[in-house]
Amino acid sequence: MNMLSEVDVEKKLYPAPDQPKAKMKGDNVSVFYGAKQALFGVSLDVPEKMVTALIGPSGCGKSTFLRCLNRMNDTISICRVTGNITLDNRDIYDPKIDVVQLRARIGMVFQKPNPFPKSIFENVAYGPRIHGLVKDKHHLDEIVEKSLQRAGLFTEVKDRLHESGTGLSGGQQQRLCIARAIAVSPEVILMDEPCSALDPIATAKVEELIDELRENYTIVIVTHSMQQAARVSQRTAMFHLGNIVEVGDTEMMFTSPTEKRTQDYITGRFG
Amino acid sequence: MTTAYFLILALLTVSWFLVGRQRASSIAGADPASLHSLPSYHGLFLAALICLPMILIFIVGAPLAERYIEARAFSGLDPATISDELGRSAVLRDIQSVLAGNYAGTATPELTTAASAYSSAASITSWLLLIAGIAAALVAAMFGFRLIGPEFRARNSVERLVKYILLACSAIAVLTTVGIVFSVVFETIQFFSKVNPIDFLFGLQWSPQTAIRADQVGSSGAFGIVPLVTGTLLITVIAIAVAGPLGLFAAIYMAEYASPRTRSIVKPILEILAGIPTVVLGFFAALTVAPFIRGSGESIGLSVSSESALAAGLVMGMMIIPFVSSLSDDVINAVPQSLRDGSYAMGATKSETIKKVILPAALPGIVSAFMLAISRAVGETMIVVMAAGLAANLTFNPLEAVTTFTVQIKTILVGDQEFDSAKTLSAFALGFVLFFFTLVLNFIALQIVKRYREQYD
Amino acid sequence: MTDIASTNDIPVTDTPRDALVKKRYRAERRFKFYGIAAIVLTALFLSVVLLDVLFKGIPAFSEYRLDLKVVADQALLDPQKTGDRTTLLAGNYDKIIRDALAAQFPDVTTRADRRALNGLLSSGAADDFRRMVSNNPSLVGQELTVPVLLSDDADQFLKGYQTNEIVLKGTGTLTQTLNGDAYALRSSGDDFGKAFQEIQAFLFQRLDRLHTEIARLEKTLQGMEGDAAESLRGQVDTYKAEAETLNARISDANTAIELDDKLPSLLVNVNGGTIKATQISPAGVDGTKLITPKSAEPASPGSWSILTLVTPESNRRVQDQAATWLEQLKASGTIERGFATRFFTSGDSREPELAGIRGALIGTLWTLAVTLILCLPLGVGAAIYLEEFAPKNRLTEVIEININNLAAVPSIVFGLLGLAMFLNFFDLPRSAPLVGGLVLALLVMPTIIIASRAALRSVPPSIKEAALGVGASHQQAIFHHVLPLAMPGIMTGTIIGMAHALGETAPLLMIGMVAFIVDIPGGITDASTVLPVQIYLWSDLPEVAFQAKTAAAILVLLVFLFVMNAAAIMLRRRFERRW
Ligand SMILES: Nc1ncnc2c1ncn2[C@@H]1O[C@H](COP(=O)(O)OP(=O)(O)O)[C@@H](O)[C@H]1O
Ligand SMILES: [Mg+2]
Repeated sequence: MNMLSEVDVEKKLYPAPDQPKAKMKGDNVSVFYGAKQALFGVSLDVPEKMVTALIGPSGCGKSTFLRCLNRMNDTISICRVTGNITLDNRDIYDPKIDVVQLRARIGMVFQKPNPFPKSIFENVAYGPRIHGLVKDKHHLDEIVEKSLQRAGLFTEVKDRLHESGTGLSGGQQQRLCIARAIAVSPEVILMDEPCSALDPIATAKVEELIDELRENYTIVIVTHSMQQAARVSQRTAMFHLGNIVEVGDTEMMFTSPTEKRTQDYITGRFG
Repeated sequence: MTTAYFLILALLTVSWFLVGRQRASSIAGADPASLHSLPSYHGLFLAALICLPMILIFIVGAPLAERYIEARAFSGLDPATISDELGRSAVLRDIQSVLAGNYAGTATPELTTAASAYSSAASITSWLLLIAGIAAALVAAMFGFRLIGPEFRARNSVERLVKYILLACSAIAVLTTVGIVFSVVFETIQFFSKVNPIDFLFGLQWSPQTAIRADQVGSSGAFGIVPLVTGTLLITVIAIAVAGPLGLFAAIYMAEYASPRTRSIVKPILEILAGIPTVVLGFFAALTVAPFIRGSGESIGLSVSSESALAAGLVMGMMIIPFVSSLSDDVINAVPQSLRDGSYAMGATKSETIKKVILPAALPGIVSAFMLAISRAVGETMIVVMAAGLAANLTFNPLEAVTTFTVQIKTILVGDQEFDSAKTLSAFALGFVLFFFTLVLNFIALQIVKRYREQYD
Repeated sequence: MTDIASTNDIPVTDTPRDALVKKRYRAERRFKFYGIAAIVLTALFLSVVLLDVLFKGIPAFSEYRLDLKVVADQALLDPQKTGDRTTLLAGNYDKIIRDALAAQFPDVTTRADRRALNGLLSSGAADDFRRMVSNNPSLVGQELTVPVLLSDDADQFLKGYQTNEIVLKGTGTLTQTLNGDAYALRSSGDDFGKAFQEIQAFLFQRLDRLHTEIARLEKTLQGMEGDAAESLRGQVDTYKAEAETLNARISDANTAIELDDKLPSLLVNVNGGTIKATQISPAGVDGTKLITPKSAEPASPGSWSILTLVTPESNRRVQDQAATWLEQLKASGTIERGFATRFFTSGDSREPELAGIRGALIGTLWTLAVTLILCLPLGVGAAIYLEEFAPKNRLTEVIEININNLAAVPSIVFGLLGLAMFLNFFDLPRSAPLVGGLVLALLVMPTIIIASRAALRSVPPSIKEAALGVGASHQQAIFHHVLPLAMPGIMTGTIIGMAHALGETAPLLMIGMVAFIVDIPGGITDASTVLPVQIYLWSDLPEVAFQAKTAAAILVLLVFLFVMNAAAIMLRRRFERRW
């Protein structure tokens, strides 16, 4: 577990001058898929109202770590998580925590847009409904509209709210998924390569959106595009083979990475 | 009374669902998000609390009540008339018809007393049951009602219950097997207390009709299953001789030669054939194929029984063609393309590739397809009931009449049976052998298929 | 396929190697031919089955009725003039109908003849009449034309199943001479010569067949010994004697032939009467009357005819006398053929012409309703549990193996389960749709579980993840999203399972659904039967008319199956989602 100390060292070397409050904290997180270990005691703080990017070559455990943050890994029967993850200093793996309520506070957007095969309205309304956030029909309309607006989709779809969500273009679908996630007013939004299935224009739109959402939400985004990490994030964590190699302010990471591996990765020499 | 009980149950369930939901909503007030679970989960929670005790009380109470009612009704009767099961049920029928007012003739005074005792006991117990059920339900509901609150995890409780219900659903499948085993095993054991298992397994004569004269074979009929085994075997062999080549060649053609268009025509044909009820095929076998075979046999000077094994076997073979072909089609398709490519690359023709590469590779799957087909043929009932006879001839001549396990089970058990006679029990023993045999065959076949699939996955 | 065929283009030269290649291609073609042959044979079999049933069954959808003019006699139907429905239902309609029929045949006077004439009518002949009058009491006392159902034998005769008929129109003038009871008919043309030749030809045929049979038996006799041989030899001798007599009868082309009941019947229709020939010579026939001709005048050419009923009387259920009556009724235009609505509206009966499938259909509906209500929730519940909640352990594995095996257990074994458990142990009613439905539910549950699991598995996990991502619980994700999306697949599997249940017979025999039940079942605990079992029951009955009924019931069953399967296919096509 010498990686741990490395991270500690790194933290000491680059103390952020105005270290913001950590919304979530992962401490010594290890993940096992059956006998196979995918994460080796990773520790990472997620600062509040900022975008944290997780980068690294594929298969290094970025998605795995992300899915630990809202306990999506619970749905994989062979998956076992050890270590400590907190949200506002509360252990999210505490048996007393209701995972369903947890996921209402930590929303997620997936790699491939996955709207429900239902109407656009129903897609967004589903979350608020099951969480009992709706007072009446009018209130629901309001929530849906606001969420779509925040996701920058409202003007495009306001005339066809009751048409199927699967009929939208890929970029629109992904923004619909973001709208769906923010409809339950989460505090944290996790995004797993949200643009990897989108074309450049749609990507730009989603990136713009992420930048706007930063005001209200804490965001963790997995991306394999360095440029994207540089464009949207303030903090970046570099993963490699189930470990965090380096973590720091994005600007710093891209201009003067301390680690050779980070440098290689950023300049495209591997991964 | 059962209806009333369940009507009240339904009524209480629905009303308490509404109560629970309303209560949760009003607790939440203007801020619905303050509740852990949606109000409807609180409602469902209460509904479940009503349902479960009421159903439980009914399941336990109803048989008890019935016993009590019968005991009261029988108390004033002559013990001789109610000494056995048959007498008791006859008296009960009489009581019921007296109560319904359609008793034929005039009821004896004892019977009238018994009837009135019966009806008073019935009304008392039904009221008791109802009151007990409602009381238990209300207690449970009040308890649940107090739990309702912002922190109460109604959803989790309901979901736990749902999960148990789902588990119970899949347990039904296991219970079915257990039920089958129990229903045949008990009777089979009883049967073997009357008939020596050795005689059963190796006896050459089958005539379950209990003998009237003492000089007939065995004073209680003869229960040797060898003629049934040979009969079943004969028909199965004929069926497989038809379905094996036809099904296998059809599968090979479908998998390797046929264009998608041909497939789209032939597949439905096979599916239609597979979907034809066996009673229809039995009708065809008995009324068209058997006379035809008999006629053509006689025209070339052969004497053919009108219920020949050949007719039943041929039609049964036709029945299992789709079975063989679809299973074989599957396994042939599962052979990886790389094996085919390897063979073609050496300049082998298609048929050479099939014979030398694909079939050997698919052999385990094809063997298991045949095993499943055999098990199907052995267990098939209607075709043989209608087209094969009852005569337990020990023969391998396909032109003669033979009989099978299923025919005998059907013949013995259809119609009035004497309870516990060796004849009736023998049907269960046959059923046991049939079940055991097909189970083993299926199990082995399915394991082979599973292993085979894993190999190419 | 093409990649190999293209090698054909390689130029062929006459080296041994090429001979081998040729041989290999021949083998290739042969192999492919086997495949095609297998498929063609199978398709042929299927079409033979379907066509056979179709041809046998179609006639049962129509029936022959007699339109009889009757007076709804007050004295017989409602002597007290109550106009009350119960009284009207109990009226003696049979007598009215029988009297009206007898009135059409003044010859019929003896009791035996009356009985034979009434035999033309179904035992339910008065049903329609009764229904008409009891539904409309104002008809009492009026003259009506009522449809009267004929007996199954008469119906079969009219449909042409009892015998072929040949009609020869008379070309000469026919004279009748009455000598006591015997008629002698002579024609000025060669009409009877032709008929005579037909009879002769028939006798020759019989002789031929006898000779073949004798030859066959003698061949079997060779090398045979003992009692069996003895009895066979006796048989041969009888045949030989018979052949001898036959030979004598046809030795002379001009001697008259006695017409017994083993020869075709010759009926001469003349002047509104019918004479049955007892002896024929080329010159004419001698015979007895079946219906007295209205006059003894000579009949002009074309006004009389010879009707040959080819099947000998002894092989026919409708005798010459009855056949004559039927022919006369037909000629008078009062017999009509109509759609047998009765087949769909009445329950089972011992009389083929009255038997219908209503009872079996309703029984089937009740049974399938019980099956569906039980096996759909249970099957889907089990599938959800196994697919989504079951921990991966030995128990789950046992359940899975168990379900797969259960799907292959012979159906009759489920019947044993039903008999031992539901009837004998739980004391549920015999022959009831409740028990039938229970047994069938257990029988098709594995099918539904397997289909439902496949359907659930085909819903992409991303949908479930999406729901979980917004904070739905596992069960909410399944019940709100996965299950609705899997529903078309589940419904398709369920329909296929129900179609299977619809055709299932054996287990229902075990639990007593084979009883002869006339009443239409009114609920799930009433004794009833189901369509396939009805088919089985009818197929076992000796009356020929029931054969057609059986085939007709099969057609109805097949139509139901067809509709169900078509629905399943439609559902699959319409809702199938490609992810
Ligand atoms: N459901 C799973 N079952 C088994 N192994 C998995 C599963 N998901 C991921 N893994 C393994 O965990 C490692 C990390 O995967 P992942 O977190 O998806 O990587 P990334 O998102 O960085 O590309 C990989 O080696 C992968 O094979
Ligand atoms: Mg990933």
